[in-house]
Amino acid sequence: MTAMTTGPAGTAGGAASATQNGTANGTANGTAKGTAKGTAMGTAQGTANGTAQAARAGRTAGGRDGGTTTLTLVRAINEGLRRSMEEDPKVLVMGEDVGKLGGVFRVTDGLQKDFGEDRVIDTPLAESGIIGTAIGLALRGYRPVCEIQFDGFVFPAADQIISQLAKMRMRSLGAVRLPVVVRIPFGGGIGAVEHHSESPEVHFTHTGGLRVVACSNPADAYHMIRQAIRCDDPVIFFEPKRRYWDKAPVDLDAEPDLPLGKGRVVRPGTDVTLLAYGPMVRTCLEAAVAAEEDGRSLEVIDLRSLSPLDIDLVAESVQRTGRCVVVHEAPVFCGYGAELAARVTERCFYHLEAPVLRVGGFATPYPPSRLEDHYLPDLDRVLDAVDRTFAY
Amino acid sequence: MNTNAPVGAEAYGAAAPPELVQLLTPEGERVEHPDYDVDLTPEQVRSLYRDLVLVRRIDMEAVALQRQGELGIWASLLGQEAAQIGSGRALSDQDMVFPTYREHGVAWCRDVDPIKLLGLFRGVSHGGWDPAEHNFHLYTIVIGAQTLHAVGYAMGIQRDGAEAAAIVYFGDGATSQGDVNESFIWAAVNNAPVVFFCQNNQWAISEPLEKQSRIPLYRRASGFGFPGIRVDGNDVFACLAVTREALRNAREGGGPTLIEAYTYRMGAHTTSDDPTRYRVASELEAWKLKDPIERVKAYLFKNELADQEFFEAVELEADELGKDLRRRCLELPDPDPLAIFENVYVDPHALLEEEREQFAAYLASFEGVA
Ligand SMILES: Cc1ncc(C[n+]2csc(CCOP(=O)(O)OP(=O)(O)O)c2C)c(N)n1
Ligand SMILES: [Mg+2]
Repeated sequence: MTAMTTGPAGTAGGAASATQNGTANGTANGTAKGTAKGTAMGTAQGTANGTAQAARAGRTAGGRDGGTTTLTLVRAINEGLRRSMEEDPKVLVMGEDVGKLGGVFRVTDGLQKDFGEDRVIDTPLAESGIIGTAIGLALRGYRPVCEIQFDGFVFPAADQIISQLAKMRMRSLGAVRLPVVVRIPFGGGIGAVEHHSESPEVHFTHTGGLRVVACSNPADAYHMIRQAIRCDDPVIFFEPKRRYWDKAPVDLDAEPDLPLGKGRVVRPGTDVTLLAYGPMVRTCLEAAVAAEEDGRSLEVIDLRSLSPLDIDLVAESVQRTGRCVVVHEAPVFCGYGAELAARVTERCFYHLEAPVLRVGGFATPYPPSRLEDHYLPDLDRVLDAVDRTFAY
Repeated sequence: MNTNAPVGAEAYGAAAPPELVQLLTPEGERVEHPDYDVDLTPEQVRSLYRDLVLVRRIDMEAVALQRQGELGIWASLLGQEAAQIGSGRALSDQDMVFPTYREHGVAWCRDVDPIKLLGLFRGVSHGGWDPAEHNFHLYTIVIGAQTLHAVGYAMGIQRDGAEAAAIVYFGDGATSQGDVNESFIWAAVNNAPVVFFCQNNQWAISEPLEKQSRIPLYRRASGFGFPGIRVDGNDVFACLAVTREALRNAREGGGPTLIEAYTYRMGAHTTSDDPTRYRVASELEAWKLKDPIERVKAYLFKNELADQEFFEAVELEADELGKDLRRRCLELPDPDPLAIFENVYVDPHALLEEEREQFAAYLASFEGVA
């Protein structure tokens, strides 16, 4: 069961870091997978070189102005930031190590070189300071895009986000706009140490005044980051770090096909609706493929936006399928799935063949990485829930 | 006159000290300092040398193990051995240590089995030693958070009337955090028996010190109302002397001290990092000349305090230690999956019990399945 969770993304990350280190990542006792994926603590990923090269190759092949090119999710966000900075001189990028290093995941790679230190700011090591000063810059007409290095490090900034960023518009009776984007790589599955694998999204969806979105693939990542930057409200932008090295074609010149607040059916189906966002979208798609072999047709919805929630899309689907399973990495208890289950029940009560089931993390701190494959929902746990929903 | 003397140093009744306390030059020359001294027997110097070599060897082995996929990541202490051993050997048994994630040398001084450190970075636990058993708190990864814990602990010492102090380790980057600045304030207004030991290794991942401070870090202290001092962080004698004095002062009711150990992170930030992206190789070359171990070796040699046999014995011991550590690391079992539910609460918790049962049943459903 655990072997399945390691999947191609984990392998890709591990391979890339092995390349960078110039050493073969271990196979040692067959359990190396847990650690060989290797990233974390401040300086994540090794993929830097590989990613950058791929993107450069992509640029010359597809051309930055020439439409479609295959990008990793990291590079897609990078291109989205670049476009936004080109379009609007008020857009700033700020955070720890975002300058020369290009961020520990290389999402901001090359931006400081091209846009200068005034627009791409290596901040002092203080998350509260990052968000607090971003608010000040926004009050002065700038559009800061803040990077929080890892999910677990957003908490020192919680006061500035929850008590200031979210509430200033109401406090000013609508006079103030704070177009601040807070980018947060989130979720686990990369073999990291403590605080580098968390899913803190509900802290923010539970806070009125923040828009909260999570991208799941390169094309959405590119468009959504641009839309988030254009948005006049604060946006908490979750990036699925274990999918950072997933690749897909991205049309850099296309207009986004959806507004920021809308979800998407990423795989149509008839028997069960799977609701997911961020890293779990791919897991659900893989589950849907596996279920097909058992003759079950799973519809997968990528919510994309958690606040607001595109409940119409969800309700329409569940009314068709009659069954609903919610999947996220965050703990199930009081997780985002609880809200989804309640709303789906309210909207689809007479269509439901079974209660809405939830698959997610346990009500514990995130475990040491050698246990994370047990903690995180995987294909088997999703299919197990699908089975259970048919047992009613 | 030294322009970098602490602002307002007179306020503490002290003459402005030279900027960098050094007792042993990079060439291994013993030098005098007006305020600090150590009186070490040859045996004690050899013992310090042994500590330095052994912790460097532990670190090297851990880096190698990470490269081979046996650890998820490792934060190397390379270059910071003297800062850690010097300060670590200044501690009394009753003193309490609050480390970051890089204090493998201090952990060594507190008799924390290095396998525990490897276990954390391998991902089999989040640390797992009992802080009270070693008077060495758990590693803290969230930058700066432990500074407040140390001050609170020191306030407890104060109330107990105990003869002890707390010492807290943090980096140059950490000095920007709100928590660290708040801890300075708490320590100052409470006159808490705490020593702030900042290892300024010049870098916070890719950001050089200039991104955190416009003044030497030790001078921050004066604004908060307690003394700050900069010590050569690659000089184990000086680190020992300065930390000893600060701890003594704290234990005797003299309040907090900020020690800035001026050193250099000779390796990458962690094994995931690629420093060639942000710093020049010549910097490392310059610091290699100030290596914390070489100068002790030179001192021992010059003064005929150790012979070839001694150095060989230490090397041999280091190799054995490395080998043993490697073997034990490879033998570390993955925890039982149900360990996820352990040690979350002291008392039983209904939700957790329910989840544990469900997950156990789920795992059992795979048994016998090919
Ligand atoms: C609150 C928080 N933000 C960000 C990080 C990621 N991070 C890990 S180490 C590090 C740099 C720390 O630099 P410094 O304090 O100088 O200590 P050093 O690593 O150099 O020993 C950063 C930004 C973190 N661990 N915690
Ligand atoms: Mg540092």
